[in-house]
Amino acid sequence: MSEPSTATVRHAGGSGLPWAWFGVAPFFLFAVLFLILPTAFLIVGAFQTADGQFTLQNLRDLTHPSIVAAYRISIEISAASAIGGAIIGALLAYAAVGGGLPGWIRPTLMTFSGVASNFAGVPLAFAFLATLGRTGLVTWALSTWFGFNLYATGFNLLSFLGLTLTYLYFQIPLMVLILTPALDGLKKEWREASQILGASTFQYWRWIGLPVLWPSLLGATLLLFANAFGAVATAYALTGSSLNIVTILLYAQIRGDVLHNQNLGYALALGMILITGVSNVAYIWLRGRAERWSR
Amino acid sequence: MKKSTFGPWLAMILGAAYFLIPLIGTLEFSMRMKRGVYSFEAYKVVLGDPRFQESFSYSVMLALVTIAIGVLLVVPTAYWVQLRLPKLRPVVEFVTLLPLVIPAIVIVFGYLRMYNSQSWLPLTDTRRGTDLLLAFGYVTLALPYMYRSVDTGLRAIDVRTLTEAAESLGAGWATILFRVIFPNIRSAILSGAFLTFAIVIGEFTFAALLDRPAFGPYLQLVGANRAYEPAALAIIAFVVTWACMGLIQVFGAARGTGSKS
Repeated sequence: MSEPSTATVRHAGGSGLPWAWFGVAPFFLFAVLFLILPTAFLIVGAFQTADGQFTLQNLRDLTHPSIVAAYRISIEISAASAIGGAIIGALLAYAAVGGGLPGWIRPTLMTFSGVASNFAGVPLAFAFLATLGRTGLVTWALSTWFGFNLYATGFNLLSFLGLTLTYLYFQIPLMVLILTPALDGLKKEWREASQILGASTFQYWRWIGLPVLWPSLLGATLLLFANAFGAVATAYALTGSSLNIVTILLYAQIRGDVLHNQNLGYALALGMILITGVSNVAYIWLRGRAERWSR
Repeated sequence: MKKSTFGPWLAMILGAAYFLIPLIGTLEFSMRMKRGVYSFEAYKVVLGDPRFQESFSYSVMLALVTIAIGVLLVVPTAYWVQLRLPKLRPVVEFVTLLPLVIPAIVIVFGYLRMYNSQSWLPLTDTRRGTDLLLAFGYVTLALPYMYRSVDTGLRAIDVRTLTEAAESLGAGWATILFRVIFPNIRSAILSGAFLTFAIVIGEFTFAALLDRPAFGPYLQLVGANRAYEPAALAIIAFVVTWACMGLIQVFGAARGTGSKS
């Protein structure tokens, strides 16, 4: 590819010599010790009985109704907040990139998205309790100014809808951050060319915009899904242990073996790795497809 | 091209409303502690709480240790991959992305199984050992962001020429790394560092499950027992996050104008 410089000549075939690998040894040692082995230990444990025999019973036990329910609610909340976050985030990003708004809007949105996508966990739960909780500002404003009792409608912040609404607070900004570069990749010339050929806005999006953008859109949605699926702190601070999602179940299991079977806990973790793993592999594959257009 | 900006404005206004109302709501709530008047009483109570001071300074210390380990681990690796082992780049990138794939709670679960008191390396036996394990855990959590940031910084400079120039002047590898490479990617390292700080300072899962007195578990504890203080703490946490992101912008902008060649 590039011309061999003096350094590569001097260390001819350097990348093949074992000593060159010493430079990355600390990194890989660290990754093995604190990332790969701990995970591998759990995966192995998922296939063992308490006294170390091989078994598939733990995986079978995952089909217990309460565990299945926990996975289901987790997947539903993650999917709802990922799809909602993706749609709203994409609209916001599009409005900032191609909406013809003043120039200061875009950097402001990007900075704010950087902050909000990192404003998760316990403080986020507090913020939503102070806003939409029973004595929160919005709840109070609705009943005082409009005579509308939010909680009489059956709304509860400590529920599916409440948690999804809270997750959107970091999901939407994350989508904005991921999608804005992809939107920049939509070339103006394509739009102009399609207009010259007489295409309507709908036709432009149907035949050009979305086909180019869909791997980015879908990939980002999957990333958002995994992001919500692994979240613990927000849900725990918001609902305590009243909402049966899989991260909170696992948290309780680590704390006090609520499943009364350590190895079933490992299987629970394995199930989570599989779900986030599949969605991330799909994301990486889709990103590869999306990059074809950005060259 | 005639185009209405009504839709985009509407989207921005609705978006701004969704993001600002919880902040306003939290601020308003945090000032309601004294009956009938707005006051900063909740902030006074929180800031005067010795457990706040202890847990916050504990987390700040931990963040600094995490940043130090993370930088010393990531910069030489990214540098070496760029210079000598470009074929290894996809593998290293894949490893740095793993913490986004494996949920944090699963990683810490693995730690508890692998480094417990009956294991070959019983880190959780002592407090210092657990602190170290927690810092290592945070290094893994921050790895995707730190690596991205440093790698982007390294791509923007001519690593090969800088290395050769230093080598021909007789510099050893430590001199090259610390006196040539580090200063040249300072803003990238700082970006990664501030992002790491923002992640570590309020982190809950790792600290709670390793049972260390960090800021995240303290927040959770206050949230479960108090009414107005949590809102004040949320505002404080938001300001800290905002400060970190602001500092990234400042240093990022400095890089943009400074090294334009």
